[in-house]
Amino acid sequence: MKARILAVVGGLLPGMPVLAEAAEAGAIQDPAAGWDHLWNEVLIDLTVMGGVFAALAVWWLIKYKATSPTQIGRGPKLSRAQTWSWALVPAFVFMADDFFLAAKGWTLWNIYRTVPENAMEVKVTGMMWNWQFEYENGVTTQFYPLEEGEAKGDGLVVPVGRPVVLRMTSLDVVHSFGLTDYRVKEDLMPGRITYIWFYPKEVKESVVTCTEYCGMKHSYMYAPVKAVSATDFDSWMNKKKQGGA
Amino acid sequence: MSAQSHGFSLKEWIFTTDHKRIGILYLIGSVAAFAVAGIMALLIRVEQSSLGPTVFGSIEDAGNHYNTFLYFHGAAMILGFLIPGLTGFAANYFLPLMIGAKDVAFPRINALSVWLFWAGIVMALLTFLVPDGPDVMWTGYPPYSIKTGANTAFYVFTVHLMGFASILGAVNFLVTVIYMRAPGMGWNQLNMFVWSTVTAFIIQLVFVPVLAAAVTMLLFDKYLGTNFFNPDLGGDVLLYQNLFWFYSHPAVYVILLPALGILFEIVSTMSKNPIFNYKAAVYGGMWGIVLISGEVWVHHLYVSGMPNWIRIGQMVSTLLISVPVGLLTISLFGTLFRGAITYNVSMTYAVSCLFLFLIGGLTGIPLAMTALDLHLSETAFVHAHFHYIMGIFAAFSVFAAVYHWFPKMTGKIANERTGKIGFWFNFIGVNVTFIPLFKIGVEGMPRRYFDYQMFPQFETYHMIAMVGALLIAVGIAITILNWIMSAAKGERAPENPWNSASLEWTHCPSPPGPGNFPKDVVVTADWTPYDYGRKK
Repeated sequence: MKARILAVVGGLLPGMPVLAEAAEAGAIQDPAAGWDHLWNEVLIDLTVMGGVFAALAVWWLIKYKATSPTQIGRGPKLSRAQTWSWALVPAFVFMADDFFLAAKGWTLWNIYRTVPENAMEVKVTGMMWNWQFEYENGVTTQFYPLEEGEAKGDGLVVPVGRPVVLRMTSLDVVHSFGLTDYRVKEDLMPGRITYIWFYPKEVKESVVTCTEYCGMKHSYMYAPVKAVSATDFDSWMNKKKQGGA
Repeated sequence: MSAQSHGFSLKEWIFTTDHKRIGILYLIGSVAAFAVAGIMALLIRVEQSSLGPTVFGSIEDAGNHYNTFLYFHGAAMILGFLIPGLTGFAANYFLPLMIGAKDVAFPRINALSVWLFWAGIVMALLTFLVPDGPDVMWTGYPPYSIKTGANTAFYVFTVHLMGFASILGAVNFLVTVIYMRAPGMGWNQLNMFVWSTVTAFIIQLVFVPVLAAAVTMLLFDKYLGTNFFNPDLGGDVLLYQNLFWFYSHPAVYVILLPALGILFEIVSTMSKNPIFNYKAAVYGGMWGIVLISGEVWVHHLYVSGMPNWIRIGQMVSTLLISVPVGLLTISLFGTLFRGAITYNVSMTYAVSCLFLFLIGGLTGIPLAMTALDLHLSETAFVHAHFHYIMGIFAAFSVFAAVYHWFPKMTGKIANERTGKIGFWFNFIGVNVTFIPLFKIGVEGMPRRYFDYQMFPQFETYHMIAMVGALLIAVGIAITILNWIMSAAKGERAPENPWNSASLEWTHCPSPPGPGNFPKDVVVTADWTPYDYGRKK
């Protein structure tokens, strides 16, 4: 019921697609959708702010061009009250925008860091220069981008419709799991376990790239991330369990 | 008596304690670092311009060369060009003149400082001569910097030398401003550039030692078997990143503040207007940045697995940087209001900086937001953002400074026409290079990749970026040649070509001789360096 109300409210209010989408998917809030939404809002905010300053600058740069070489400016001399106002008013306007953005950012952050209960857990190990993925049942896949000139391995295969949480560490140096399509990224390092989660909603092949500099073949440290239908995932997993390729 | 009238003597330049000559030595060293690091940037752009290894041979060779060049580009631009160009060259030459001082407080320490900087430049250049030059990026993150077979020690020693040079400079200039202002000169009568240098050097003094400690621990870990950053034996990988950015984020304000200070000088002089709301810019803007600069470093570690509370806390503090920066922006833009603006080369650079500042500053806002940064971090978007604000904005302000004070330093006018041609190559070039990088960054192009076979759709954008880099190369060559030619045989400049009201123009000859001022400077209580109204 709550989900339906949210869907209706979300659908009615323009600019609230996150809410609507969350409700549709049974109250799992997708970080990627939230990211896109917040990004658009921030872009509007920046364009307005930058536009005001840029327009003023262009206008003044043209309007106040000196007409003679001896001309001097007639810039205003501020009274004490004006000095304080020109400091405090803008400071509070900027601060208000900061807190507005911070609140939005915090809300999205909580979605990013709260792993849904039914999430499928995969252990990710980074090493120079490939990825290893270990599923809950012990099945392990790897991906070698440069094996004899040809890429080899499955990479990360996940079923559509179930959140995936990655518990990550590294064997050697700092790497970073950057998954553009799902708008997530987090470092992997020796001696610590980090996590991120993402929500594959449609069948799609994406790519994870290493996004923390890790040496000579940093540029080749990638792996495919395949979101497949639940049935395809099960048959793939069964094959894997029997030791098939 | 003019310093130039003696004729050239190498010995005099090597043993000089004159702040003006030391400033010139800083300028030559930092422009040299800029040129070499610029060539590296060009090679980086060429390598990325097409898929697969492009110019450096096999994948292994390409990876190694690209990483060494990228290391040099970053380290030399920041430690060898931006910081010494602004706080070494500009502060050395102009700060004592602006406060009416005959020299700095400790001239011999100043000489030590510039030669430590030159030793740092040599140490950085050895990257290309020693086998296995450093490939650790300018950040030097362990465990990679410890595990790599390359010579991380050269990175550490470069940081040490530049760091010592900078700390000595910081002490020197702070003492100079506190004790050697012309009689009668109060704190609210200082040039904006003087304030910006003071605040920048306070940041240097507080934070450089932390960087020195971090890289020294790196040295111990790699060569002496300690385990500060080795988790297997109780160390912590993140300790280094925290220490490094605890310095290196404030370091961007060490670059930003003097760059803004230069722009205030030029915009005010060329608009013949006093600074709009001087006190808000100094006490709110510059000191506000000093106050907040030490509490924002975690925004470089948003994806490093830090606890949630600190990632959120420093998102708020990072966003709040927009308050002091906003006050400075209002003052800078407001100085144009009802001005009488004339455009020379330095003003053209300064005006372009206003827009570069908007682009570079505003694109920092999404990066400040923890959740948005989880996607944008370590992409070409970040790369473009910090190039706009820290690279291009600051470099353009150095160019603007050289053009603005060229008559002061050489007694000659730099060629305006050639200067403007150089400007347009540079300005168009930087935008052609970095706007495509914003776009592919949002779409996921990672930084520090020489090949991107998983993202073939980005090839065109990299090609465009390379064209931009070539334009910049032409622009820079024109600019540097213009300086050399104009210094050698430029037109003789009038004493105060831009009709400035600042002391370095009104009270001393161009170029100033030893002791700077023919007569001791005394200023009255109503004097300001921006007093254009009263002069006429």
